[in-house]
Formats: sequence, structure tokens, C-alpha cells
Amino acid sequence: MTTTDALPGAPRRRHAQPVDATLDAARVLALLATLVLVLAPHAAEFPAWVSVTVASVLGLRALFAWRGMGMPPAWWLALLATAAALGIWSSYGRLYGRDAALGLLLLMTCLKTLELRARRDAHVLVLLGYFLLVTGFLYSQSMGMAAYLLGCLWALTACLLTFQREPGRAAVPEVMRTAGLMIAQAAPLMLVLFLLFPRVQGPLWGLPLAQSAAQTGLSDTMAPGSVASLSLSDAVAFRVDFLSPAPEAKRLYWRGPVMWDFDGRAWRTGEALTTPAPVLGNVSEPLRYTVTLEPHNARWLFGLDMPAQRLEGSVLTADHQMLALRPVRARMRYETSSWLTYRAGLQESPRTLQRALALPSDYNPRALALGLRWRQDYPDPRNRVASALRMFGEQPFFYTLAPPLLGRDSVDEFLFDVRRGFCEHFASSFVVLMRAAGVPARVVTGYQGGVLNPVGGFLTVRQSEAHAWAEVWLQGEGWVRVDPTAAVSPQRIEGGLAAAVPADSGLPLFVRTDNALLKRARFTLDAIANGWNQWVLGYTPERQRELFQRLGMPKASWQGLAAALAMATGGVVLVLVLITLRRLRIAAPDPVTRAWNTLSAKLAPLGLARRPQEGPMDHGERVANALPAHAADVRRMAHLVVQLRYGREAAPEALEELRHRVRAFRPAPRWQRRVTTADGHPVTG
Amino acid sequence: MNAQIRPVLSTLGQIVLGKETQLKLAIACLLARGHLLIEDLPGVGKTTLAHALARTLGLQFQRVQFTSDLLPADILGTSVYDRDTGSFTFHPGPVFTQVVLADEVNRATPKAQSALLEAMEEQQVTIDGQTRSLPEPFFVIATQNPSFHVGTFPLPESQLDRFLMRIELGYPDPAAERALLAGQERRTLIHDLAPVLTPAALVALQGEVRQVHTAAALLDYVQNLLTHSRRAPEFGAGLSPRAGLALLNAARAWAFMHGRGAVLPEDVQAVLPSVVGHRLHAPGMAPQFGSTDLGRKLAAEVAIP
Repeated sequence: MTTTDALPGAPRRRHAQPVDATLDAARVLALLATLVLVLAPHAAEFPAWVSVTVASVLGLRALFAWRGMGMPPAWWLALLATAAALGIWSSYGRLYGRDAALGLLLLMTCLKTLELRARRDAHVLVLLGYFLLVTGFLYSQSMGMAAYLLGCLWALTACLLTFQREPGRAAVPEVMRTAGLMIAQAAPLMLVLFLLFPRVQGPLWGLPLAQSAAQTGLSDTMAPGSVASLSLSDAVAFRVDFLSPAPEAKRLYWRGPVMWDFDGRAWRTGEALTTPAPVLGNVSEPLRYTVTLEPHNARWLFGLDMPAQRLEGSVLTADHQMLALRPVRARMRYETSSWLTYRAGLQESPRTLQRALALPSDYNPRALALGLRWRQDYPDPRNRVASALRMFGEQPFFYTLAPPLLGRDSVDEFLFDVRRGFCEHFASSFVVLMRAAGVPARVVTGYQGGVLNPVGGFLTVRQSEAHAWAEVWLQGEGWVRVDPTAAVSPQRIEGGLAAAVPADSGLPLFVRTDNALLKRARFTLDAIANGWNQWVLGYTPERQRELFQRLGMPKASWQGLAAALAMATGGVVLVLVLITLRRLRIAAPDPVTRAWNTLSAKLAPLGLARRPQEGPMDHGERVANALPAHAADVRRMAHLVVQLRYGREAAPEALEELRHRVRAFRPAPRWQRRVTTADGHPVTG
Repeated sequence: MNAQIRPVLSTLGQIVLGKETQLKLAIACLLARGHLLIEDLPGVGKTTLAHALARTLGLQFQRVQFTSDLLPADILGTSVYDRDTGSFTFHPGPVFTQVVLADEVNRATPKAQSALLEAMEEQQVTIDGQTRSLPEPFFVIATQNPSFHVGTFPLPESQLDRFLMRIELGYPDPAAERALLAGQERRTLIHDLAPVLTPAALVALQGEVRQVHTAAALLDYVQNLLTHSRRAPEFGAGLSPRAGLALLNAARAWAFMHGRGAVLPEDVQAVLPSVVGHRLHAPGMAPQFGSTDLGRKLAAEVAIP
């Protein structure tokens, strides 16, 4: 980089040394380390070359600071900046958009460190750091991220403070304490702005999941093994708040994709049936609850069997699936209701029933034969269902997370050879048997169960609770839920997955039930995460309206919000100012000090204002030396100040004289004034 | 400058060359009825200053060279059996004088040090159960080598506090040094000095110093200084109330010397480094390593209200 420096014997060419004495190596290194902290969460989001460039530029700057070396010249920086922009262009094909623009900003920020010469540059870097902090939320809004960024905020503020201190006077504990105090003072204001600032519709950060982002969750296909692999993930699928006591675990069937079409191996949802509208004969009162659904990049909204109402912005299909209009790419919250006891689809059209009987004829011949035999043996379809369940219950079937791989006729192999499988094997083969036996049937996937969090009082449903079951259509009863897994392993339905499989089967930590203390900690963590989601990330316009209603403002327009915001902000600032003033005990200045301050203000444009630590005589002497024309006047005024303020007794006319002299005092005209620069250091390459 | 002080200063200035600030501080210390600690390397004129000061003010002068085997009786005096009268007669020690020069005070053991320091604080000594007053005025000038020199017993914090001021002389500037080298021997000069002040006049001046006015605004400033020294992290331990009183007394003397009837913040700032230098120390450092720099730092950080 500094090629001229490398020549042996050549005079070291220093381009522009850090001119500002506050930019000593320790402070610069502290700032660089803080920037690394701020940039670190972005490392995973960008191509490797961006991270490598950022790291090496910051490392280089740290080396310069450490060795006290000069900065590279300006044309070097111009070249590097152009190269960075080209690199972003070639990686993203554009310079705008979230990732490209942020990548460019990251690179420019780290290049700016190579321009860090004056205190001003340090300020720019800290402000850029504040902005980059916010961008961290574009990728993750978890509580951990928020805590991390809060720590970064603290460090950045401390950095900003060190550059305000005189050289060699930045004691780390003192600076950290002051920075923490500043953030604490800002916290009430932040809370007011958060609560009252008019909300826009949409998630807090307005940027839902990217189109392509892969998410774990159920899909529109079910092949042997797909649910089992899902059950290894302890990612939260959704959380539920029941408005009444939660139903018992064996009734918690969360309805998701309904599979109609079987190609011999895999099940598919096929075309969603939106007509006719689903018909439910209700038998009981609907159960009301609120679901907070994690993004899963598909359209299903999960509800208990059977969803009783159509949500706004969603479709209720004929087979009782709740579908959002667009894939769920941001966490959403909806309140809905379900009938736990129901009669569904009593009058199905022949076409629908035909679809629920379709089977590929060249697959699974043994299952087809068995179904056909049942059809001949039992005229009543109920008996065919019962015989299939009896078969699962009486023959040696095993419920296992690690079923053996199956060949071409997977249903045959499962039913007659291996007899070891997960819920999708049971559901799939049951439906195949039923269809072969002439009973209309379909596979329903979704989640079964959920863990009631005793801390937060809500139910958490994780991907590990993914489940598949079956529905058969019986004349006079409509669609009836049949869970063949329950026939084999009732514990799965009663006590969750962990109760049904051996302890060493590699289940995720959260699902296991061994350690009570650990379990309690997990529940607490989950409750905190839920609170964060509900009240911080899920603070939508509706929630804001709720809050206002509770505050006695039922119809808050945005003007009302703005007024409340202004009032609350003003109130908080006022309280903070009052507290600060109390602490500083700033009394109203006495008349002498006022006159003296006026004099000082008149002298300020000439750079002759009183310094805080300067006594009146010293100040007067300094001014008298700088302005010989006014020396006598200034000395007299200083003398009067001394007499009035520190003397034993002061004549009242002395104050009058001082006031008069201060009023009449006119320092040099504008053209004679010296130009004083505050902090402008000419920076040359 | 006060008319009675000016000749004292000019006379001293003929002996101790180029050290006007230190001389003024020494006189201020004397006027404020405080004791003076001079800390510097050997040979920069500590003893000369003490001796000249005593001569100029017309005070009795005794010098005690502190060594590691010095005993309290060597300073205070001792009772000796008189065979003629058959009783004990007290032979006063060198401390019974108006100006005591305690040379290299940190070479003596703490026991001998404390004998002197008790006399300083109480203006009286108690020997064989009998309390004897010391003459008026009574002024101790102690010199010490920098504490890190080998073979020293550093004065503890509580005893350092008994000295109103601690000053450093430093090397003379080139012009003063040239005059020193070219001129007569200092010892002869001191011997020939005529006193410019009488002890009684000095006591009267000390009384006047006590009358110098301190306004409420000035006390605010002094309090701010004390508070800052206790709160700011760069000071190991804050200033004590006794230090605050010492600061005020020294500032009174300084204002008086400059012909003022009231103390100004500038007066406080002028004496501050010497008064608080040995009472402050950087955190984690021993008190002996305190320096006048800390005093200057304090003055630079506290605004004048």
C-alpha cells in the first residue's frame, strides 16, 4: 500500500499524519474494534470477498495506527472505492436493493477508516456505525440480536465520547459509565417513540423473508420420510394463546395441507378445492384462540380441526385448509376459532368422492388386493376402517423415527415386510388401503399436540410436532378423522413424540423431557421469546390501537397519535432536563456574573471568551493584551467584577458602572477580527 | 505587591537566583503559618533557601541533619543530671528555635520523624512529662530527596498532610546558573545579609493574613475543587477538609502578598499545585509519588463558578 515506505534508505514519505492529537493509537484501535463488532453480524449475509475486504482494510488501518504510519494517498482510496463498487455490481448486478446497497455501505465504511485523520472523520465513522447497527435488524430481529446491537450501541457511544476527551484523558470505566448513562437517559424517549409513533401496516422491519429463503415446515408433498425429517427440528412452528382452557393433548390436531393425489410413492395436495364452500355442522361452541405463526414460506395458516371461520385475507378451501393469499414470509398473528366436534362434508359431490378413491393401479398390488378382499368381506365401510385399524394394532407394527428405506411399492413393503414407520407411513398406507377398499379417504398433514408453557401460559408447537393422519368419508357422518398412528402408538398422541420413541433416537433437545430444571429454563426462554414477538415485533397498528383504547382514547387518528407523541416526548425531555438541572444545581446567575457573561459573549467572536477555568483577572489580562486599544476599559471591568464578586463590600454604583461599561463595550469591527477555526484541518493526500 | 513583603522578596532573590515563584510560595507559606517541604535533588539550593529565609526575616535558625540513627532526643533536647544542684536540668534541643531546617527529613527513622512532626502540629513539645512551648513564630522547613532514592523512609500520608506546601526547586535556568557560578559564595552572602523584618512584624503580618476576605463565590470555587478531587477517577483519594482549609489559608497569604484584601480564584490557582500536590496521588500509586502535575490538572478541570 505504501510503496514508497518500503524502499530501503528512501526517506519515509508521510502523506498526511493524523493531525488531531485525540486520534492516538489507542482510540483509533478502540474505534476499529467497535466497528468490527458492528459489522460482524453482517458477515454471513454477504459474499466472502466482502468480508475478506472489510477485514483486511480494517486490519491494515489497525496496523497503521499501531505503527504510527501515514495514510495512503487519496487516489489510492478513489481506486479502492471504484473497485469496491465494481465488485458489488458484479456480485449483485446492481448497486441498489437491500443486499447490494448494504454491501456497498459496508465497504465504503471500512474504506473511510483509511481517511481517519481528524476528529471529524472519527465522528463520521461513529455515525455510520450507528446506521449500520440499525441495518442489523434487516436480517434478524431476534432478542439476542437486539441485545448484541445494544452492546454495540454502548461501545459506539463510548467511542464517540473518547474523541470528545482531551488527549490521554480517556479512562475506560469513566467513558463506559457515561455512555451507559446517556443510553439510559435516552431509553424513556425511545419507549415513547416506540409506543406512540404512528405504525404502518406490516412487520416492524417492513422487509419480509426473501422469496427464495428456505424455511422448515410442511409442504404440499408428502413422501415417506418427509415428516420424520421435520420432526428432528425444534424450530417453533407457531404459538397459540387459548382464550379458554386448552383442550387435552389428544384433541390438538392442527390442520395443514390436505393431500388428495397419490402417485404410488408420494402424496400431493393437488389443486385446492375452493368450491363448494366448506360445510360444517356444528355440534358444540367454537373454541377461540390466537395463533402467532412463524414465517414458513407457504400459504397454510394452521388451525385446530376444524377451522370454523374464514380469516380476513385468507381462503378457506372445501377441504378445510386455511390458505393465506400470499406465502407467509413474516411472522403473523391471527385470532380464529374452531369446532372440536363437528360434522364436515355430509353432502360431498360424486366428483370429490371419486377423487378420494383414485389410486394408481400399477403400484402396491398386495395392498390393493387386501383392500379388495375387505371390500368383499365387509359391506359396511365402518367395518373396513375398523379392520385396518385392527391390523395396525394387532400385527407387529412399530412406530420409529428411523424407518428403513422403502423400494418401489412402498406401501406394500411397509405393510407386509418391514412394518416399521413414522406417522406418514401409517397415514399413507391406511389411506391407500381405504381407497382400495372403496372408502373415500385423504391424508391430512399438520401438527399434533404442542407443549403448554407454564411460564407464559401459551402453547408452543414446534416442527417436531409435525404429524400426518387420515380422514375417511362415511355416508351420514361426512369426513371422519382417523389417526392410524394412534392405533400403533397411543403415547404419540397422548404424550407427544418424546414419549413414543426411545430416548436415544436423536430427538432435538427441546422435545426431550428428562431434566426438570433444564425444562423450566427452556420454558422461560420460550416465554421471553414469545413476549418479544408479541409485544416488540408484533406491535402492529392494531396493537397500538388496543393500547390507546386502554389509555382511554378509543379512536386515535394519526393526528391524535402525533399529538400524543409530541406531548409524551416533550414530557420525557422535560423530566430529564429537570433531573439533570437538579443534579447540576444551576442557580440563576447573579447580576455580576450575568454582566461578565455578556462581556464574554461579546468577546467570543474574537476567540477571547472566558475559559471556564479562567479567573476574572487572568481573563481581563488576556483580553487587554489581545486588544491594546481596550486595555484600560477591560482592566477596569475585570477589577469591578473582582470587587463585586470577591470583595468584602461592594458599592452599589460599582455594579452600575460595570453594567454600563459592558453595555458600551464594542470590540473591534468585523474586518479586524481574527478568523478562528474550530476543528477544520486541511486534509491533503 | 505588599510594601513589607517586596524587600523580603528582593533580598531573597539576591541569594536564590531565578526562583521567584518558589520564593513567593515559601513566603506565602510562612505568612499562612504553615510548614514547608522542599523536595528536590541534592545540591539545588534547598538549604540555602531555608537559611536565607531565616536571616532575611530576622529569625533564629537551627539546622538538624536527619540521619538514620537520629533519635527524638537529638531534636527535642534531653534532661541531664547536674551534680552541683543534684537535680535534672533540661537542655533544649535544636527544635527550640524560630526556624528549624530539617535537612533530608526522609533519611531518619519514622520515630525521629514523628518527634518533629508532633512539634509542628502542636507548637509545643512534651519531654519528661513537662510540656514546653516553642517560640513564636515557629516555622519548619524540611527538605527531602525524591522518595525513590535509596535509604529513605518516605513520610506517611498523614505526616505529609502537616506540611502546608511542598515545592520543588528544580535546576536554575542558564542565566541564573551563570550568575551563580560567577558570583560570590552563597554562604558568605547569607552571613552578610541584614534582616529586613523583625519577628514581631512577621507575627503582625500573619495576623493580617488571617483577616483577608473570602467571598461566598470563592468558597464555592474551593468546594468545587474539593468535590472534583473526590469524584474524578484520575485522583486516587480526594482532598480532606484539612486540605481545603490549608488551600484557603495559603490563598489568603498569596492574596495578601499581592496587596489584595480579598482572595480571588487566581490566588487559589496560584497556590493550588503546591498545596495539594503532596496530598493527591494517582490511583494505584503510593502517596509519595504525588506531584504538582496533579494539582495543575485539578485547576485545569474545575470551572470557576
